[in-house]
Amino acid sequence: MFLARGRLCTLGSRPKFLKTICASKILGLSTSAKMSLKFKNAKRIEGLDSNVWIEFTKLAADPSVVNLGQGLPDISPPVYVKEELSKIAAIDSLNQYTRGFGHPSLVKALSCLYEKFYQNQINPNKEILVTVGAYGSLFNAIQGLIDEGDEVIVIVPFYDCYEPMVRMAGAIPVFIPLRSVYTKEELQVIADLCIKYDTLCISDEVYEWLVYTGNKHFKIATFPGMWERTITIGSAGKTFSVTGWKLGWSIGPKHLIKHLQTVQQNTVYTCATPLQEALAQALWIDIKRMDDPECYFNSLPKELEVKRNRMVHLLESVGLKPIVPDGGYFIIADVSLLDTDLSDMKNSNEPYDYKFVKWMTKNKKLSAIPVSAFCNAETKLQFEKFVRFCFIKKDSTLDAAEEIIKAWSRLKF
Amino acid sequence: MTKRLQARRLDGIDHNPWVEFVKLASEADVVNLGQGFPDFPPPDFAVEAFQHAVSGDFMLNQYTKAFGYPPLTKILASFFGKLLGQDIDPLKNVLVTVGAYGALFTAFQALVDEGDEVIIIEPFFDCYEPMTLMAGGRPVFVSLKPSPNQDGELDSSSSWQLDPTELASKFTSRTKALILNTPNNPLGKVFSRAELELVASLCQQHDVVCITDEVYQWLVYDGCQHVSIATLPGMWERTLTIGSAGKTFSATGWKVGWVLGPDSLLKHLRTMHQNSIFHCPTQAQAAVAQSFEREQLHFGQPSSYFVQLPQAIQRCRDHMIQSLKSVGLRPVIPQGSYFLITDISEFKSKMPNLPGAADEPYDRRFVKWMIKNKGLMAIPVSIFCSVPHQELFDHYIRFCFMKVKDRPGGGKTSSSLPMPPAGMGRGAGPICVGAG
Repeated sequence: MFLARGRLCTLGSRPKFLKTICASKILGLSTSAKMSLKFKNAKRIEGLDSNVWIEFTKLAADPSVVNLGQGLPDISPPVYVKEELSKIAAIDSLNQYTRGFGHPSLVKALSCLYEKFYQNQINPNKEILVTVGAYGSLFNAIQGLIDEGDEVIVIVPFYDCYEPMVRMAGAIPVFIPLRSVYTKEELQVIADLCIKYDTLCISDEVYEWLVYTGNKHFKIATFPGMWERTITIGSAGKTFSVTGWKLGWSIGPKHLIKHLQTVQQNTVYTCATPLQEALAQALWIDIKRMDDPECYFNSLPKELEVKRNRMVHLLESVGLKPIVPDGGYFIIADVSLLDTDLSDMKNSNEPYDYKFVKWMTKNKKLSAIPVSAFCNAETKLQFEKFVRFCFIKKDSTLDAAEEIIKAWSRLKF
Repeated sequence: MTKRLQARRLDGIDHNPWVEFVKLASEADVVNLGQGFPDFPPPDFAVEAFQHAVSGDFMLNQYTKAFGYPPLTKILASFFGKLLGQDIDPLKNVLVTVGAYGALFTAFQALVDEGDEVIIIEPFFDCYEPMTLMAGGRPVFVSLKPSPNQDGELDSSSSWQLDPTELASKFTSRTKALILNTPNNPLGKVFSRAELELVASLCQQHDVVCITDEVYQWLVYDGCQHVSIATLPGMWERTLTIGSAGKTFSATGWKVGWVLGPDSLLKHLRTMHQNSIFHCPTQAQAAVAQSFEREQLHFGQPSSYFVQLPQAIQRCRDHMIQSLKSVGLRPVIPQGSYFLITDISEFKSKMPNLPGAADEPYDRRFVKWMIKNKGLMAIPVSIFCSVPHQELFDHYIRFCFMKVKDRPGGGKTSSSLPMPPAGMGRGAGPICVGAG
């Protein structure tokens, strides 16, 4: 149940299986008596130093490992996206600062794109903010709107940064486990509660284009009574397979966006100009052909659905039980049937899936991410038999994964 | 929504004076000598580096390492290791950020706690104050003051100094950090070794972290030397040195910055970084890495951009000083940076009642008048001061001289400009504004 203490926020209209921060670890003080106290970190980052990505990216960095862990596409972005950026690199005026809250041509393109979904005009200057990735939008929204002592509802499993960001704002995360996929009805329940308890909603929709046959993405901000209380976050990285551009955006009513803009002007001030211009141009290309199968918003999910199906089949063939995703580019699988002997793995305090992934990386040269990384301390046990695989990978990577998995299954059966 | 929306950490920092002036400048057809960015291109080798980064390996379109693209952290470690006389480890002593602005934010958030005091030297780059406040800190201001000068002589930024006794009195048991900016924006002062030694000894005595914003480190004139406080004895272990690719390579739109410092401090910035933006864009980092690699090969030679740029910009500075003098203004000769400030006292006494709000500092009203009536934009220096001290600075306005296309006295330049010196880049190059 939701608690109506202070101000509540729900996070993640659609579960995003990407990251989490491990359970708190108290930072040690510097041992030098001379420097000990002053060089201590600010309290806001206490216990937030460890990070699953730093740990697991290192493990998977070995080039002999087939990396299906981090959500990093190894396919090429669409040709026209690369071309736009190349063209822009030659334009001098784009090497200097642009507008802090978003490069004008980009916010205009975003406004034009999203007006189709919101059925109202979106003011490009007041209702859109361009940020350093969707990660930056999450940060700006939480820092701008969430106070010490506020409660924030986080649905488990969750993109791992939600918890540390909420804690850094001095707020208290309240975890609610997910029981089913978000149907329109489920979103309506959330919307009704947000309205009833006068709660804000931060909706992370970075994978909004990646929905598979028979499914539809619903924007909670389009539900009655929700526009005025919702920040909707999107990502260029996930939209155009350019995670390294680190551009994201927040869309919402001006009485909320203005606070994210205040955070922006006191944090990074502006995002990179040439990348924003290239993104604007790429968006215009696809905005003009939204119903065309060539539009990347249509072609990418088609391409990924094939990869998804291939992964599902592969994982089943070795006795892993995958949960077929309706969207996104990750697939989680139950590894318990394999009953792998992990007794010789060090660090027996770690959840099973951490040990399993480390074992699999070392012995099978295949990496994934443990799903308990996306859980709070109390729910880790519920998910410790699940690992997450990323399938936005080129065919040769999936071929290599297939080789490994087939060899593995021959050993077992 | 019936509840108060914004978090309390935004109290007092939501207003941004730039927004108003930028808006004014965009509305009128003005010669914009206000904002601090070049109106000429980055050098050819930097532009080529960016082109290479965006058209080469397509995997550069994806995430790189969170704390910095490896070739960039490697070259920064090597390049600055030599300059700072330190063994700099690319993984432990370097963090790449979204501009120097992002570096400043990360440092304040990682280290400044509720109630901590941060010493800020006035005039200051305006973000230091709101960043301190957003971290719950208490800004403690100490002003640079001009020494009395001979009549008729133009002031130099070097004559603006801190009173050592006054500076010492600002340190308390709650002082967590001191933020230093050299070369200074807006004044253009380059702190001398002796001045830095004073700051250093106080930081050590009171066990304070020194955050040093050195974005203009290459832009020093008249044979002035930039000194990094981190090179002084006892300072590396308590100093965060911040730099900017935007200012270094005249590419402010790339938004790549960095912090160099001891692991004991950087580890906290890394924690903050991984919980705020996590990664910086890859390709701009690749371009900066390649640009530094080029500069490392040319370091100290006449072909180095870090040698050519200050030489060319010094000429721009000198032209601007002449132009301003010719219209009755009294510029303070800057030793470094992109900026100079100019005394408008004569205008203040001749036209004291310019339109504006009742408590609006004179310099802001003057700038608005100047935009409207003279088609020229500058930035009021009271923006760079604490509210209680605005009166000390309300008869100064700041001009940026990293400009070739616009010049004071009205009208934009025509298209043809003299050829730039070799290696400075295509197009106009930084040949500067002429007199009136």
